[in-house]
Amino acid sequence: MIGLNFVYTVGGAAFLAFALLSASDRGNSKRWGNAAFYGLLATSFWAGDLLGDIGNGVLVLGLVAVAGFKLMGRGTQATTTDTEREAEAKARGNRVFLPALIIPAVALAGTLAFKYFPAVFDSKQVTLVGLTLGVLLALAACYAWFRPRPLTPLAEGVRLMDSVGWAAVLPQMLASLGAVFALAGVGEVVGGIAQGIIPDGSRLGAVAVYALGMAGFTMVMGNAFAAFPVMFAGVGMPVLVGIWSGDPIKVAAIGMLAGFCGTLMTPMAANFNLVPAALLELKDQNAVIKAQIPTAVPLLLANIVLLYLVSFL
Amino acid sequence: MWVLLGIAVIVAGFALRLNTLLVVALSALVTGLAAGLNPVDVLAAFGKAFNDARYVSVVYLVLPVIGILERHGLQQRARTAVSALKGATVGRLLIGYMLFRQATAALGLTSIAGPAQTVRPLVAPMAQAAAERQGADPDSDRVPALAAATDNVGLFFGEDIFIAIGSILLMKGVLEGFGIEVEPLHLAIWAIPTAICATLIHGSRLWRFDRKLKRESAAVAEVRA
Repeated sequence: MIGLNFVYTVGGAAFLAFALLSASDRGNSKRWGNAAFYGLLATSFWAGDLLGDIGNGVLVLGLVAVAGFKLMGRGTQATTTDTEREAEAKARGNRVFLPALIIPAVALAGTLAFKYFPAVFDSKQVTLVGLTLGVLLALAACYAWFRPRPLTPLAEGVRLMDSVGWAAVLPQMLASLGAVFALAGVGEVVGGIAQGIIPDGSRLGAVAVYALGMAGFTMVMGNAFAAFPVMFAGVGMPVLVGIWSGDPIKVAAIGMLAGFCGTLMTPMAANFNLVPAALLELKDQNAVIKAQIPTAVPLLLANIVLLYLVSFL
Repeated sequence: MWVLLGIAVIVAGFALRLNTLLVVALSALVTGLAAGLNPVDVLAAFGKAFNDARYVSVVYLVLPVIGILERHGLQQRARTAVSALKGATVGRLLIGYMLFRQATAALGLTSIAGPAQTVRPLVAPMAQAAAERQGADPDSDRVPALAAATDNVGLFFGEDIFIAIGSILLMKGVLEGFGIEVEPLHLAIWAIPTAICATLIHGSRLWRFDRKLKRESAAVAEVRA
């Protein structure tokens, strides 16, 4: 059956290629750090289920060590110059968007279609399988159209991967932190505090505390990924779904977006708010946040209204 | 209450500008110890969760495709598409850019635009030039800041419509933890109402910004007269 094993096999192969290409990149003085980081991720994809919980924990410590000791650098993969790219863009026109569109098209089609073939596809993982197939098809289209050397797409992938660097595993790390928070009962403590604030028997009050808590917690943590598991476990699930019989899908989806409103208002989300201010050489490093607050506040209110109107239908 | 120390660790770590992965690991350790777990159990719990959450990192599979397309002019073509937006006013220009950013992010093309890719080289200078034609102060931060803000709003409230973005996969994982099986598509559909609200709220701000510039330049002209 085609499911996560297929997805993780392809994922592991990609990271192994990233590791090998990084290791052979003599122009990068930190090439062994990059190779170790991507090698650990390849190991995780291919052998994560065989390592055991403590083994996976040690693997994470390896990733943290590479990042914490600043052992990663930007690779020196050869790519085209801006002039060459301008010429290519002119020659190829809007068709250059097409291979990129194969990915969402196949992911969407797969999500809808694979469910009818439960013998072939794991029905719980249709989107990820569709995404992976979409990437493979898009790559095939690129090979057929551009006729690159076999390793060129992977080298271009490393170039982009290096620009993300250690931050690539941050979402996965924050999801794992959420699991430790859940084990330690952080959700219950935060939920207890939040539930103490909710006026008795007020559905609107519960919705407001959930959404404002999501945004506020995101502002503290700098990322909705870290806030979501805590607020969902603390208020969303026990109160909005448990007491008020809300639809967990809508509560989750709109709650996450309430968190995104928090991301717009915090300097902790440095990559979105402080980095652009620096790139644009603004005098006030908080100028982007100040420009976002008048959108974020009414949008947060809109999310509260949406949650209140659609979650309990 | 002591388990909230892990949150304090995160705030302190950001304030001290420590590496974020290190801060996350330290926060997990402190939280676990505060809850009375031993360090090895915390390590195992974190390792298990990390292994269960691998699907969050599957999104990087798209990088070789984006990379080879960039090699053949994807970003340059995206810039041509954006510069075709050259409307007469800063408000209309930024509304057009926001729609472009939302639509492409909803298709998973989150990295074809951004502060470095489009805002600094293209959107901010075009917006500034338009604003100056409308009589805005060339030394002010507010137009470039508004351009960067528009990029973020378009990205945040477009990307969640794509079914294989990290936040959707994270929600799927968390819901599974509660025994609720969910298709990413159903989560993505419920990102659409907020996306529409974001377009309306930010779009109306941009529209009013044009009128504000008009009023300001009229006021300046009146003082001169």
